Amino acid sequence: MALSGMTSQMSMTPKFQHNFMGPDWLHAEHSTGTSIMAVEYDGGVIIGADSRTTTGAYIANRVTDKLTRISDSIYCCRSGSAADTQAIADIVAYHLEFLSLEQGEPPLVETAANIFRQLCYDYRDQLTAGIIVAGWDSRKGGQVYCIPVGGMLVRQPLSIGGSGSTYVYGYVDANYKDNMTREECKKFVTNSLALAMMRDGSSGGVVRLGAIDKTGIERFVFTGKDIPKFYEG
Amino acid sequence: MASVLLAENQEPGFSFENCRRNAFLAKKGNALPKATKTGTTIVGIIFKDGVILGADTRATEDTIVSDKNCSKIHYLAKNMYCCGAGTAADTEVTTQMICSQLELHRLSTNRDIVPVVTACKFLKQMLFRYQGHIGAALVLGGVDNTGPHLYSIHPHGSSDKLPYTTMGSGSLAAMAVFEAGWKPELTEEEGKLLVRNAIAAGIFNDLGSGSNIDVCVIRRGSVDYIRPYETANLKGEKQMSYNFKKGTTAVLDVKTVPIIIEDVVVHHTGESAVESMDTSS
Repeated sequence: MALSGMTSQMSMTPKFQHNFMGPDWLHAEHSTGTSIMAVEYDGGVIIGADSRTTTGAYIANRVTDKLTRISDSIYCCRSGSAADTQAIADIVAYHLEFLSLEQGEPPLVETAANIFRQLCYDYRDQLTAGIIVAGWDSRKGGQVYCIPVGGMLVRQPLSIGGSGSTYVYGYVDANYKDNMTREECKKFVTNSLALAMMRDGSSGGVVRLGAIDKTGIERFVFTGKDIPKFYEG
Repeated sequence: MASVLLAENQEPGFSFENCRRNAFLAKKGNALPKATKTGTTIVGIIFKDGVILGADTRATEDTIVSDKNCSKIHYLAKNMYCCGAGTAADTEVTTQMICSQLELHRLSTNRDIVPVVTACKFLKQMLFRYQGHIGAALVLGGVDNTGPHLYSIHPHGSSDKLPYTTMGSGSLAAMAVFEAGWKPELTEEEGKLLVRNAIAAGIFNDLGSGSNIDVCVIRRGSVDYIRPYETANLKGEKQMSYNFKKGTTAVLDVKTVPIIIEDVVVHHTGESAVESMDTSS
């Protein structure tokens, strides 16, 4: 009986390895596949986000707070890799606190946005971070700055981001009006996020809102029945 | 030609066909993925007076159990413990490094108790620095002057602050138990039972988790490190002796070869080798 082909030209056999890595949530990176939004109004800004963090198909945290404090009057909405955005936000918060100590006055939203942009642009190959910086300062009032993945920085009166935002561009464009009041803005953001969360698998949980003005931030949470309902099929 | 009715002749020996193919593919740029085993169930909850951490005790090397009773709840400080899932060496060394960093921090800031968030920051900043190559997924729990805190920290460096959390391959089974059973202001007994049930769910439904249940209860000012809380997987008792009786194998021939000792050399070490000092005056 002929022996099977074990010839002398055979290369070193690789060590026995398992190809099986297990379910995707065991090794996938944490991502805030998300819906985030920020809108300026006269006297401040409204920021909003969903609350879902996923590792692959598993929801690692269903009550995440994606509205991260940078300073008392400046917050950022995080989307993309959870680790990257948490690390960046910590670094920016540190720099801003240091700067405000040096300058002796509360930090400017534009400064915070530029520090974000510097980090996101310089390390753009290593990071996955889509961030919306929003807050109030005494010079320019309420401001929203959008920093998508490549590290661009642009100020806009209204910005949406995250995987869920793609489903609500139409709604947002159709329903945004200039000079909305604080309450109108809150309703607008809540509705947009509810629609995005309904359609995007990577968004969900509760709606977290923040209203930032010269007195600081006022936070809101909408759970379950309080989230606006639309056509549900 | 292979057919269901006429089986192909099995060639003797191992077949290394796929190895040649794999090596060829690797050279082409399609390397085999590395196996990452996160065989574990670790959990943490916040209860009325503090934090309860739980873990199974199985350590695996691929499909073999390498340690049937390993300790996955690591000491960080007298008010903080950390459960570790993922690569065992990574969790062990990471928690040891941060434990020593915490003690230095405590001494340099002249405190009695370090806040739990400090440990969380140390851990996540280190893990982020290594961009996920340190395979340590941790559940950090402790009580400080602001109350009980529970964090889950992931290998890439993100953290979540939660009232109950699970990690490891058995985390889905354990989380199902928590989602059904956790409520605010649990008593200690209710909390320990809930943690026990969650780890048991992991042990009995996940192949990567097994053996015993360890529990650690952290309250303001005191810690109960209960190892094991429950031995859920005791080895069965053998009903009879399964040894072969003498004479089962027939002895055909006996040949005795004596070992001849040619030379014996004795080296003395220690005190007997040194001559005693003459202390008489």
